[in-house]
Amino acid sequence: MRSAATLSRRTLTRLLGATLTACTLPGWGESKSAARTSILNVSYDATRELYEAVNPQFAARWLAQSGVQVAILQSHGGSGVQARAIIAGLAADVATLGSAYDVIQLAQQARLIPANWATRLPDNSAPYTSTVVFLVRRGNPKNIRDWDDLVRPGVQVITPNPKSSSGARVNYLAAWAWAQRRPGGSEATAKRYMQQLYQHVPVLDSGARGSTDTFAERGIGDVLIAWESEALLARKKLGLDRVEIVAPSLSMLAEPPVTVVDQNVDRHGTRAVAQAYLEFLYTPVCQQIIAQNFFRPRDPAVQQQFQALFPAVKLVTIDQAFGGWERAQHVHFEDGGVFDQIYGQ
Amino acid sequence: MIDRIAQLPGLGRPQLPPLPMIRRQQIPEELGRATLLGVALLYLLVLVALPLVIVFVQAFAGGVRSYLAALLDPYALAAMRLTLLTAAIVVPMNLTFGIAAAWAIAKFEFRGKNMLITLIDVPFAVSPVISGLIYVLMFGAQGWLGPWLNEHNIRIIFAVPGIVLATTFVTFPFVARELIPLMQTQGNEEEETALSLGAGGWQTFWLVTLPKIRWGLLYGVLLCNARAMGEFGAVSVVSGHIRGQTNTLPLHIEIMHSDYNYVGAFATASILAMLALVTLVAKALLERRQPELRARAARQAV
Repeated sequence: MRSAATLSRRTLTRLLGATLTACTLPGWGESKSAARTSILNVSYDATRELYEAVNPQFAARWLAQSGVQVAILQSHGGSGVQARAIIAGLAADVATLGSAYDVIQLAQQARLIPANWATRLPDNSAPYTSTVVFLVRRGNPKNIRDWDDLVRPGVQVITPNPKSSSGARVNYLAAWAWAQRRPGGSEATAKRYMQQLYQHVPVLDSGARGSTDTFAERGIGDVLIAWESEALLARKKLGLDRVEIVAPSLSMLAEPPVTVVDQNVDRHGTRAVAQAYLEFLYTPVCQQIIAQNFFRPRDPAVQQQFQALFPAVKLVTIDQAFGGWERAQHVHFEDGGVFDQIYGQ
Repeated sequence: MIDRIAQLPGLGRPQLPPLPMIRRQQIPEELGRATLLGVALLYLLVLVALPLVIVFVQAFAGGVRSYLAALLDPYALAAMRLTLLTAAIVVPMNLTFGIAAAWAIAKFEFRGKNMLITLIDVPFAVSPVISGLIYVLMFGAQGWLGPWLNEHNIRIIFAVPGIVLATTFVTFPFVARELIPLMQTQGNEEEETALSLGAGGWQTFWLVTLPKIRWGLLYGVLLCNARAMGEFGAVSVVSGHIRGQTNTLPLHIEIMHSDYNYVGAFATASILAMLALVTLVAKALLERRQPELRARAARQAV
């Protein structure tokens, strides 16, 4: 009895000691010196690789420019979830989200940024773009060339749920825009087409990476509707020979916007570095990095250089086709909106 | 000691004469037992053992070097540190709370006792995601305390305190739940004797109560620790997912996986799996030492 008691006390002491040592391991906590600062970039899932490449470049440039060492912290997740986190207090210095709709929420729900945020940087504050393409299996066995091939009998389409994924909203809107603009197309034919399209979707994942997994890892479906950036990245990561990319005759210009989060940078005293960080995205050096990470650059010279990677596609914008994100959101994706009508039936 | 033996399962029951009807069906019964056993084993093999093996196979799919590289990645190390720190804060807190609550419930009669027992079970009843959201609603910028916290520059959610709070909430029943039935069956006599012989309150606790409950306590702590390190849902809601700062091991695994970094994801998962295995081995050792615990485990299994 006595030996057991000693042992238990010793075990407890040891356990406690081990955990305490673990916490005081070197590296825990931040070393604080005068010429150091950090900013938090709250972004969405698809830009992880992009900003991993951008951040060290910017940090080197900022050190040379101002003598201050800047650590850029990253947070990634679903674009809508990330916007809600910023609204709930995630202290983002810059927000680089998937769709303008999510950035608008920062202005409307929490007044973290002014309403004119989109005009503060060039190109609608979107330093890179993407578009919606099809990812098909090697050799394109179902011969998928354009949107109408997706609703042929026996074709299974993978795309995430537009209610939860802002990337999937662009997929949905691209399909709608094509259906409405084809010869003889109207709102009614577009709605009918969308209804057919979503009948061909066996799995509606909540996010883009989930859909890519469903298509590529689990091998479900004949075609994945994806952003070009995601499709190119998946092709690189999963092996060039397993999948092919097909560009439809008409697609949507996706403009993932960036903004400084005014309330947070003023509180942190990081406005200058945060602003410089976003402006850096528009420089030719960074536009190169952007293209290498599969987003379409804005810079014409860099576009020229990467035209083999990004073929010319006829593109419409959300503003042209739907009168802006807020209207599109209201008509199509709110509860009881068009998506609920076509998917419920 | 006598009532401990009475609690052991199997000591009371086999002495009852088996019913004749059952005896007649002995062969089918044995067949049924074998089938049941087979099904249970197959079930465990497919649902538990196989995935565990796959975790390790995938983790080493790129060779030992890339396995180590994945673990020594600064983000992975930061996630390990945060997970260990969280457990190091949460487990002692819940240890203290668990003993206090179990003590109050087992040794005293008071109004609202059932209420307290129910409250202790709340974290088991609600989904972890809800537990996380509770803290966002309380401490978030738009939440009840948000504006005040903001004014005073105190950060709770999307920072380490929020992760600790959410983990504490999810894991606080483990120690208390383990101790309450134990202390209830042990009764008050020995404590009363100690007190009547002139021992103080603390003395009674350290010298009489603690030795009586130590194995149950350690068992509860192990379970609490395992859950604290593995918690995903609640922590995911309050973490903010800042790489190198607020990502715990389970969150890091998710990031690696959605990053197409399968070796990294499974390597990190193997660390968590090993922590779980260590916990299980420790639990088995404890049970071997303590017949009472083994009896309790067996009763729970039935």
